[in-house]
Formats: sequence, structure tokens, C-alpha cells
Amino acid sequence: MALAAVLLVIPIIALMWVPSYTSDAPELWGFPFFFWYQFLWVFICSALTWTAYKLTLSARGLSSHKVGDDR
Amino acid sequence: MTPHVTLMASDTSGINGVALAVLIVLFLLVTVAGFMASRFKRAESLESLDEWGLGGRKFGTWITWFLLGGDLYTAYTFVAVPAAMFATGAVAGFFAVPYTIVLYPIIFIFMARLWSVSHRHGYVTTADFVRGRYDDRGLSLAVAVTGFVATMPYIALQLVGIQAVLEVAGLGGGDNIIAKDAPLFIAFALLAAYTYSSGLRAPAVIAFVKDILIYLVIIVAIVYLPGQVGGWDAIFGAAEEKMATTNEATGAPTGSFIPGAGQGWAYATLALGSALALFMYPHSITASLSSSSRNTIRRNAAILPAYSFVLGLLALLGWVAIAAGTQPIGLDGEPNAQLVIPQLFEDMFPAWFAGVAFAAIAIGALVPAAIMSIAAANTFSRNIYKEWLKKDATPAQEAKVSKLMSLLVKAFALIFVLTLDKQNAINFQLLGGIWMLQTFPVIVFSLFTRWFHRYGLLVGWAVGMVYGTVGAYNVKNPVTGKAFGGSLDNIPGIGELGYIALTAFVINVVVATALTVAFRAANVSNGRDETIPFDYFADADDPRVQKDLTEHAHHGDAYGDPDDIPGNAPAR
Repeated sequence: MALAAVLLVIPIIALMWVPSYTSDAPELWGFPFFFWYQFLWVFICSALTWTAYKLTLSARGLSSHKVGDDR
Repeated sequence: MTPHVTLMASDTSGINGVALAVLIVLFLLVTVAGFMASRFKRAESLESLDEWGLGGRKFGTWITWFLLGGDLYTAYTFVAVPAAMFATGAVAGFFAVPYTIVLYPIIFIFMARLWSVSHRHGYVTTADFVRGRYDDRGLSLAVAVTGFVATMPYIALQLVGIQAVLEVAGLGGGDNIIAKDAPLFIAFALLAAYTYSSGLRAPAVIAFVKDILIYLVIIVAIVYLPGQVGGWDAIFGAAEEKMATTNEATGAPTGSFIPGAGQGWAYATLALGSALALFMYPHSITASLSSSSRNTIRRNAAILPAYSFVLGLLALLGWVAIAAGTQPIGLDGEPNAQLVIPQLFEDMFPAWFAGVAFAAIAIGALVPAAIMSIAAANTFSRNIYKEWLKKDATPAQEAKVSKLMSLLVKAFALIFVLTLDKQNAINFQLLGGIWMLQTFPVIVFSLFTRWFHRYGLLVGWAVGMVYGTVGAYNVKNPVTGKAFGGSLDNIPGIGELGYIALTAFVINVVVATALTVAFRAANVSNGRDETIPFDYFADADDPRVQKDLTEHAHHGDAYGDPDDIPGNAPAR
């Protein structure tokens, strides 16, 4: 579960760190870096979130919880 | 979505007959679909909030995907984000992309807990949850009123989206106020009628049509248009050139091509603040709670970014319009940046496809407007009507009040748009985003802990609301000098421009924390909690929840605490 949390925090930190991507170069298919880099994060974030989802599913499957259990 | 736009301006030349005909045909198609939607996943009766207002809580992954996508990415977004790109560039417009990326990890973290606890206790709104968590009517009312008031101008802005399309298609001219606004009036009357009869099922069905049209139009636009204006190099070149020119009114550059030094904070805080606030809105919660299991939400957090990708492409269409030399002039002869996307479509596409594109935007307004009015109505009937006005209301009476209220809020939105300057709706929408974020600690922190004291949260909320409202009022429009000129202000202690909502949020949390320490030290009661830890993990596959589901299927009993666990607060 801790790993899932890390996966979810990665895109937030990456995108909040704006100076790391406010540049023109390198261009990709005519797009300045600033733009294609953020489009790329759409896919990375989606993959990370899906992985986190799978991790929470397997964590849930392993423990048989009872009423009142806090996990 | 909360675009932050400085208005500029659009020229339309007469009625575009073919485009208008296509628009009308597609519009009638979804109207029929809206009325027939009550048969979709049909229940025995629609006379309860679970059925009318949450579609029976049984929407699976794909329906939820369409519904949430149709709900969050509104017509106003489709009009205003490229308009902001066109007028002032990347800081005001493209922040929508990181905003809608970081949104999903954030909701992944808390929405499943909200789903589970709502499912166990029959909560329909976030204010219901707050009421159950602290047994505090005041705190619950604060959340309910914030949500209700912030949603109203948002509904009005959906009308602004439809108006933009109609204006470019050539409708809405003339001096006669009735003839001028008749098309908008008819569109909204139809929307109100099928929302009333079909409830949340209507936008769920229409969302399919809307999203397919939107994807189609944007993909065609992004493949076809750049070639027409000289390719992406020419587009980015034209945008860079325009943003670097000096704005005569302010003496500053027109806008930002890529956020420069000192604009990073603005870009990041706009994205983060908007992302935190979006799922506090009642319409986001309504669409989330209508899903059939807690994992539906989490799966959707992974697949909803497809819309963010499309939104990014759409934002860039604002710059395609710069390269294409689009002149958005309204019917009143004044420039209006809000018209830039419909105008671009009319200029560049064959008339019939421009009609499809107009329909995509107009229908795109109906889905969020329907869900927002349902959500606002649910909030009213649950947390104001039943809580304060008629405590012994039955589920059928609640649903009745909700249905009537959904008509009232739409009527209010229509009057708002028709009688007041559009800028008022935009100002209130800007304030709405700031206000919604102030309910985040009450709702989301409380999903994880009861450490925070209810009175601390209430005072923190109040301080955040006042700071945010005053802060936004004090931002003057650099051209007109009017209040509510934008959503950026100096962040105290950092000295950079940042999103006012996020500054207010930080102050809110600091106040809530400090007062919590004080109230806890003074042993002031923190209310009674009717939830137990297990409530936050329950899923549809759990035997206890299945029992719960079966009980809910009959809708015979009054709402209350259905879990029969001793030590809980009694049923209301």
C-alpha cells in the first residue's frame, strides 16, 4: 500500500515542479518540450494510477478483513 | 474545470443554414434519448433520491467513465480553455492539462473511502457525510451551502457555452429580447423536462452521444487543421509572436507562450488548487457516488486521463486559431475571445461538419447542466429541506423536492444569464472554485481522521472563505479596473503570484489545526461519530454490503443508518 501511495505522489511532484519543464527544446514533431512533456505525463500518470489500483486489489485479496478492522 | 479567462472577443456573418440544421437534428436526437433514458437500467420506481438522483447507484466502469467525463469536461471548458490560450496564453489556459492530470491520483486516494462510507450509510451528498461524522448540523450546513452556491453560476456558464455556439451559428440576434433568447430558452426547457422525468439517467445516456461527438470533432480538428495553417511550427510560431507583443492597455506582454521565470508558482498553484477543488463540487460527487462499486472509481482514475489528453489538444486549438487568423467578433460587433473555437470551426470546416462541432459543444453543455442541477437539488433537499425545514420528510417527499429544485436552479441560471452581464457568471464561477476548495479539509481530512475538531474546521472554513473572497475582489482587471479581474494574487511570505484559492486553503488548514489543538486541550466535545472504521473499506463484494444493497433495493424505509451496529448514532 505504501508503494501505491508513492506511485500516486510521483506525478503530482513532477508536474508541480514547473521549472523542470518550462523550456522550448528539445522539440518533438514541432511541439516545444513544455507541451509534449505534459502530454507524455497523461500516459505516465494513467499507467501509475492503474498500477496503484492493481496493488490495492492484491493487498485487499491477501487479508481477510473483519468488521471493525482498519486497514 | 475552472478556466481563468480575461475576456477579449467575434465576427459572425449571418445564419449558417446547413450548420444550424445539423445542430438542430442532433439536438433533437439527444432530447428523445433524454426522455427515453428513464428506461435505462430501469428500477421499479424513480420516487427516491437513490433512484432519481443517483441512477440507482449501479453505473459500471464505462458508464461512469462517460458520465464523469461528460460531467467534468463541460461545454464552458471547451469554450473557455482555448479562449484563454488564444487571449493570454499558456499560464491561463494550458494549466488545465497538469490540473486534470494530478486530479486523478488525488481522487484515487480519497474517493473510494467516500464511496464506501456513503454506501454504508445512505449518504447522497458530502454534507450528509459531515453530518454523520460529527453529528454537527452547522458544519454540515456550511458544506451544503458552499456547494449549492458555487454550483449555481457553473450551471449559468453552461448556458454561456450554448450561447457562444448559437451566436456563431447566427442565432440570437435582433433587438427583441424574446426572439433573441428563444433558442436558448427552448434548449433549456427541454433539458429541464427530461432531467425532471429521467433524473441522473438522462445525462448518463446523453453523455455517450456528447463524448463521442467531442472526441470525433477534436480528433478531426487536430489532424486536419494544422495542415491548413502551415503545420505545428507555424502554429507555435504565431502564438509565440502574439504572446510577446505588447498589450496596449496594460503595457505588458499580451500573454505567456511558455510560463517564464516567476510564473511557475502561478501555473502550479492554479493546477493543484483547481484539482483539489473539483471533486468537492456536488456534481462531481453525484457522478462518483452513482457508480456500482468502490473500484469503479479507482479504475476510472486510471482511464479518465484520456479526457485530459483531449483537453490539451483542445487548448492548442486556441493557438491554431491564432495561426489561422480567426477573428472572434460577437453579434454586438465587440471582440469576444469566448467565440474563438466555434468561429474557428465555422471558418475552417465545411458547413455540415461545423454543425456537428457546434452540436458537440451545445450537447456538451446539457450533461453537466443536468448533473449540476440534480446535485444542487439533492444538496438542497437532503441538507437544507430535510435537515432544517421538514425533519420527517419521507424518501418520496425528498425526491419530489429535489425534482422541483432541479427546475428552480435551472430557471435561476437562465434568468442569471439573460438578465445580467455574462461577466457576473464568470466572476461567480471564479469565486466558486475558491469557495469549494475551502470545504476540502472538512470533507477529505474527515474521511481519514477525526483528529480535527468540528469547530476548528468550521472556523477554518469561514476564514478561508472570507480571505478568498476578499482576495479575489481585490484583483483588479488591468484594462477595465473592475473587481474580480483574475484568480492570481501575491502569496504572502513567498512574494510570487499564486492561485488565491490555494493560499486561502493553507490559511484555512492552519487555523483549523491551531483551533483543534485548543479545543482538544479544553476538552470541547467533537460530536458523535455514526461511522466505524470498517465503513470506509466496504465494497460491493462484501456480504454485509450486499445485505445493505438488498435493503436499499426496496426503498421502503426512511433514510438513516442502515447497518444496525450498536453504538452508532440513531437513525435520523
